[in-house]
Amino acid sequence: MSVLVYTESEQGKFKKVAFEVASYAKAVANQLGTTVTAIAMNVSDTSQLAMYGVDKVLNVANSQLDNFNAKIYANIIKQAAEKESTKVVIIGSSANSKYLAPLLAVELNAGFASNVIEVPSNVSPFTVKRTAFTNKAFEFVQITTDVKIVGVSNNSFGLVESSGSATAETFSPVLAESGMKIESVDKVAGKVSIADAEIVVSAGRGLKGPENWGMIEELASVLGAATACSKPVSDLGWRPHGEHVGQTGKPVAANLYIAIGISGAIQHLAGINASKVKVVINSDPEAPFFKAADYGVVGDAFVVVPQLIEKLKAFKAQQ
Amino acid sequence: MKILVCISHVPDTTSKINFANDNSKFDANGVQFVINPNDEFGLTRAMWFKEKQGATVTVVNVGGLETEPTLRKALAIGADAAIRVNTVPTDGFSVAKQLANVVKDGGYDLVIAGRESIDYNGGMVPGMIAGLTNANFINNCIGLEVEGNSVKAIREIDGGKETLSTSLPLVIGGQKGLVEESDLRIPNMRGIMMARQKALTVVEPVATNAETISTKFEKPAPKGAVKLVSLDNLDELVNLLHIEAKVI
Ligand SMILES: Cc1cc2nc3c(=O)[nH]c(=O)nc-3n(C[C@H](O)[C@H](O)[C@H](O)COP(=O)(O)OP(=O)(O)OC[C@H]3O[C@@H](n4cnc5c(N)ncnc54)[C@H](O)[C@@H]3O)c2cc1C
Repeated sequence: MSVLVYTESEQGKFKKVAFEVASYAKAVANQLGTTVTAIAMNVSDTSQLAMYGVDKVLNVANSQLDNFNAKIYANIIKQAAEKESTKVVIIGSSANSKYLAPLLAVELNAGFASNVIEVPSNVSPFTVKRTAFTNKAFEFVQITTDVKIVGVSNNSFGLVESSGSATAETFSPVLAESGMKIESVDKVAGKVSIADAEIVVSAGRGLKGPENWGMIEELASVLGAATACSKPVSDLGWRPHGEHVGQTGKPVAANLYIAIGISGAIQHLAGINASKVKVVINSDPEAPFFKAADYGVVGDAFVVVPQLIEKLKAFKAQQ
Repeated sequence: MKILVCISHVPDTTSKINFANDNSKFDANGVQFVINPNDEFGLTRAMWFKEKQGATVTVVNVGGLETEPTLRKALAIGADAAIRVNTVPTDGFSVAKQLANVVKDGGYDLVIAGRESIDYNGGMVPGMIAGLTNANFINNCIGLEVEGNSVKAIREIDGGKETLSTSLPLVIGGQKGLVEESDLRIPNMRGIMMARQKALTVVEPVATNAETISTKFEKPAPKGAVKLVSLDNLDELVNLLHIEAKVI
């Protein structure tokens, strides 16, 4: 009956989101009066999970799982759920988790709620709060099936430490037919992705041209942030499509979102509004972004950003 | 190749969102509806398969009579035929179940859906169709080529992309990148005229159950005023972010 949580990893190490979903699973387990079991793939050291409330870890070790495959992963989580007689499965909101979730839902005949931002407001009937209409509203959803899947929105719950220890168990599920082969992966090593980032530095058409992104990259690197851009910037080919954020681009739910030379169109704001703190730097005091932001600087980005980089470097040096 | 493009009928991206019946229901009053942007990228890619490879393209929507103008627009863009499953959708699963049934009945090789609808943002319909019809599935699809039965596709991953090979039958969750923004088509007069002659078949729903129930909506609390920091006092901004907001 324990709550099952899928703890994502990359190259044998947990991603930060694994600890957030584990913390969330612990809170749900407390509500239900049960324990937390985590399922992990090829993680060399799973002991850290105990710090976030996990009681038992099912660690699957199989080199065929080094590359993510939604169908195989979903099927393994299903096998783990059945083994543990799980009623609630918790997953994250990464591209991979969102990819496997609907497949898992079909396999488990489970209702699925995505983009959930709080612990269930009620466990009977099981009710969660999620974002809808691209952050223009919140929706309360009851999951009515016997088994339930909750997709937790990034950075919405945070990390909650608890004490205890976790037992580790080797788990050797049968692997499903994947039906698919990865030909190549194109990923910049050492760069924070928008999904994983706590801070996102984003720039728009106000930057005038792709040659001016050096200062944006630098600001991001000082802050350990991911870089993003508005839609026209990616449409113009100034930046790759993967950086386009907003209603039709990637969603951003960072702790800090810094918008530079972005006007703040409704489609842009919708996609980034789940971010906790928003800063805008724009030369036009009438730019709509100022209505959506927490902090703002009215000024020319080419003046403000280099200075801000220096101030932040000095601040970081003191820390 | 028989292609089915799933079309979600959603509020225009600039719409103000309101709720009715004691905040239990989306209020469609005064709202302009459009083809879900992610689906429009998929439909445009389907047009390429039609024009270059002779594919037939059917569009489908699960919804009431009010969604027909959106399907007609898809026909005007160039789809060959349209199907409307005559039921008002209740949740992602029941929509997927209806669509899976259309897929099985029509024997489609390729199902193109959008990675999510911009209304409820469930992000589950494409994957569930794949699960229910036993097809291969690629989400966040930003590149798609089909040669006979073999498929080469590009999937956006966090921080990059991966190239995959697979085979039909296939379901994708598409998005921008599948085609460029500049490839999107605005229906012209001829397309609109022709769309009137094309078949829009209404089919009755299969029995299905909802797995989730939407009970209540809330709007975000109004935002406090922005704190402006002057250009020559950027130390203050660093301080605010560190001490007040605690984000750096
Ligand atoms: C269906 C649809 C979907 C869309 N989806 C998205 C989406 O997902 N994401 C998205 O971003 N957009 C989206 N858009 C586009 C959106 O409506 C806006 O056009 C877009 O966000 C504007 O981008 P921008 O702010 O970079 O450019 P602009 O609106 O041109 O704004 C540039 C800003 O830079 C400022 N500026 C100029 N020079 C400087 C300077 N030297 N220093 C500081 N500031 C300066 C200007 O004051 C201005 O505010 C969508 C539109 C539609 C119709």
